[in-house]
Amino acid sequence: MLAKMDPPKGLAALEAAWDARPTRRTFLIGAAAAAGGLVVGLRPLDAARASETAAASPANPLIGYIRITPDNRVTVLSSQFDMGQGVYHGIATLVVEELEADWSQVDVQGAAGDVTLYGNILWGGTAQGTGGSTSMATSWERYRKAGAAARAMLVAAAAEAWDVPGDQISVAAGVLSHPDGRRASFGDMAGRAAEMAPPQDPPLKARGQWSQIGNEALRRFDSAGKTNGSHRFTIDVALPGMLTAVVAHPPRFGARVASFDAGGALAVKGVTDVVQIPRGVAVVAESTWAALKGREALSVAWDESEAETRGSREILDTYHRLASEPPKAIARAEGDAAGALASSAQTLEASYEFPYLAHAALEPMNAIAAMSEAGELEVWGGHQIPTLYQYIAAQIAELPPERVRLHVMTTGGSFGRRAVADGDVVAEAVAVAKAIGWRAPVKVQWTREDDMAGGRYRPAYVHRLRAGLDEEGNLVAWENHIVGQSILAGTPFEAAMVQNGIDYTSVEGASNLPYAVPNLSVGLTSTDVGVPVLWWRAVGSTHTAFAVEAFIDELAAAAGKDPYAFRMAMLADHPRHRAVLQTAAEKAGWAEPLPEGRHRGLALHESFGSVVAHVVELAMEGGAPVIHRVVAAVECGTVVNPDVVRAQIEGGTAFGLGAIMAEELTLEAGRVQETNYDAYTPLRIDQAPAVEVHIVPSDARPSGVGEPGLPSIGPAVANAIAAATGRRVRQLPIRKALDV
Amino acid sequence: MAYQIRLNGETRALDVAGDTPLLWAIRETAGLTGTKFGCGIAQCGACTVHADGAPTRSCQMTVADAEGVEITTIEGVSGPIAETLAQVWAEMDVPQCGYCQSGQLMAAVALLAESPTPSDADIDAALWGNLCRCATYQRIRAGVHEAARRLEA
Repeated sequence: MLAKMDPPKGLAALEAAWDARPTRRTFLIGAAAAAGGLVVGLRPLDAARASETAAASPANPLIGYIRITPDNRVTVLSSQFDMGQGVYHGIATLVVEELEADWSQVDVQGAAGDVTLYGNILWGGTAQGTGGSTSMATSWERYRKAGAAARAMLVAAAAEAWDVPGDQISVAAGVLSHPDGRRASFGDMAGRAAEMAPPQDPPLKARGQWSQIGNEALRRFDSAGKTNGSHRFTIDVALPGMLTAVVAHPPRFGARVASFDAGGALAVKGVTDVVQIPRGVAVVAESTWAALKGREALSVAWDESEAETRGSREILDTYHRLASEPPKAIARAEGDAAGALASSAQTLEASYEFPYLAHAALEPMNAIAAMSEAGELEVWGGHQIPTLYQYIAAQIAELPPERVRLHVMTTGGSFGRRAVADGDVVAEAVAVAKAIGWRAPVKVQWTREDDMAGGRYRPAYVHRLRAGLDEEGNLVAWENHIVGQSILAGTPFEAAMVQNGIDYTSVEGASNLPYAVPNLSVGLTSTDVGVPVLWWRAVGSTHTAFAVEAFIDELAAAAGKDPYAFRMAMLADHPRHRAVLQTAAEKAGWAEPLPEGRHRGLALHESFGSVVAHVVELAMEGGAPVIHRVVAAVECGTVVNPDVVRAQIEGGTAFGLGAIMAEELTLEAGRVQETNYDAYTPLRIDQAPAVEVHIVPSDARPSGVGEPGLPSIGPAVANAIAAATGRRVRQLPIRKALDV
Repeated sequence: MAYQIRLNGETRALDVAGDTPLLWAIRETAGLTGTKFGCGIAQCGACTVHADGAPTRSCQMTVADAEGVEITTIEGVSGPIAETLAQVWAEMDVPQCGYCQSGQLMAAVALLAESPTPSDADIDAALWGNLCRCATYQRIRAGVHEAARRLEA
């Protein structure tokens, strides 16, 4: 259905902006990096090269990145969106490190509206956005340099005020001081500092001088508001005179409003308006409850002539058939996979089936639009791609983009859900506010049911794998055919990011198989299905890691080799992978005997530039796996906040575990069946293991941790189940495959 | 008509329809937004408040039914248990997005009031209904145990 949507014209403008970049080559680097960031996590080292050519902090840091006010507050203006993963804290850490601020004076605000300042360097700087676990990588130089420049300006201000040389002034914990005893707070010097010329390339501290980066004792600055109810999410924003809208969406994807009768809804006390917008009919009211009751009383007739009416079972059955045919496009080919398979001593074949998955973030989708008296449109929301949303809002409001001001809120999760090419709920909020003549601010609030049935799922996929072993049990042939919907098809990213029929988000994690196999083919067949799909935490690696690592395990068993040794023997060219797998195995005691009834499984995967391995220890009870121990190792470059890294690997592991155990979004005749948490069942506390996280040290630039914790937990569990039962899980979720 | 609701120790007149879920009245009429909407069907626990001390899903209680009940929200919960839990939550970096944590804490306060040294099974039972999509569960569990240990000391 994404292909059928008409992209807003603002997106064309963005594409034009990309095309207008200085050279086509630069553009392509940017686009590839965009694939790496937003979507794919294509080797950040490639993207890192782009960052070296991008100006880190060309502007006045006291305007663009850091605000220091006379009340001695330091506000970091974050280019990156915090959906819980802790990037506000990470970016603040970079600033505090170089600025020498005191944490008690520091706050972070989301910033938007200037691509030059906030463009994601890993996407070539062409758009501001958060995704692909790129936040620390894009911020690494930018915010340290901003902090260093701001400190230099404060020092210059104090030097001028005190009439002393700048090199006699020291800075610590938010205080400027001179050996003669004079002292000043940042706030004291804020006004004067703002007048100083920002240094173009301020020196950064050497690794050995860091007191914040890598500090084990540091804790997130934003926890207090999240324990006393004061932290404000989008749902909590209340503007004077604001109305709340809920939208009646089509019951099937691709259906449109044929007609509607607003009478019943308008009769509900508190309902003020019923308006049609491009994606449905909005009921606008003075309170959320009135809007919900109004929607109950609304009558809409839908034109379903272009709707997707298939069920998910039917869709997946089609995928299985397609998987046995030759792929439509080849993502990677080396040697002669077909020939090597034919001459292998032993061949294995397996198909894996992956369901649609919902993000199911706890804060249901929402956004607020308000037109000021001066004719400026303000939009509050979880703006994961501000540049796009600014264009989209401007296009709907018929304003130039510079008349749109975005307020980037932190949100109750996202996991990719708030990065949508057509603006989604942001577009709805602007459309509703426009439809009522801009007479009041409008909050569009989805319910859980709207959210679950609203599409944008992790696509369903089928993988068919075939492999051959030689007489010594060495892997000599590998064929992987992936069948499923393209996330990027029909979006403004398609032209730049789908190359030769390959949507990298469909094959990432499979086409970059790290194991040395002389004959290899990874193919893709993208399907045309009317279910809207989207990146979902860890994107392609949510399925490729499972298929690859489960099948590798099966091959190790067929070769009569230990799964750890089998992998290590094929990783000679991948020292990071070897170090991570070795760490996980050693910490888990892979070589040590287990108590009766306990079984282990392991898996290894690189995603978004980081490498993670999991070792799972479980027992089967009543046919179901009971997990007793999970050990994870991660290498994510330089660690900015060790405890945040641990938290993300813990949470990512549990998020991934919940998904492979019990999550599944199904359709019957085109209608979503799981519309709330009673039927769609994320992990709960009783099923959550204590994950032991071990960080493999590295001096490389930071890569991501928001997503890489997910991919390898699933296959590690499946491999442990196979060790326990001999049974290979080939259909997810596991609860369904094992019928428990 | 206005309903007289006991909210965080004060009587508040909330002028809403009687069938309004307490959740929306607390959030939009009383302006206390720490109590969150997540599912509307008592499956996620984000809207947990205390009703006469008992953890209660405010999406399932109407304003009319809340009259005469002492309602406490995350903004009003107090005492050594609540304060210790909040402190431990920050020291152990429990929250990620934070959206569920009001509900987690309200459930945890009620648990420790009832059961000062809970077992893992007690914690599972008391917090099973509180979803955390960021899956901070292992820190929630450790946080409850740590708070219990400090309160006992």
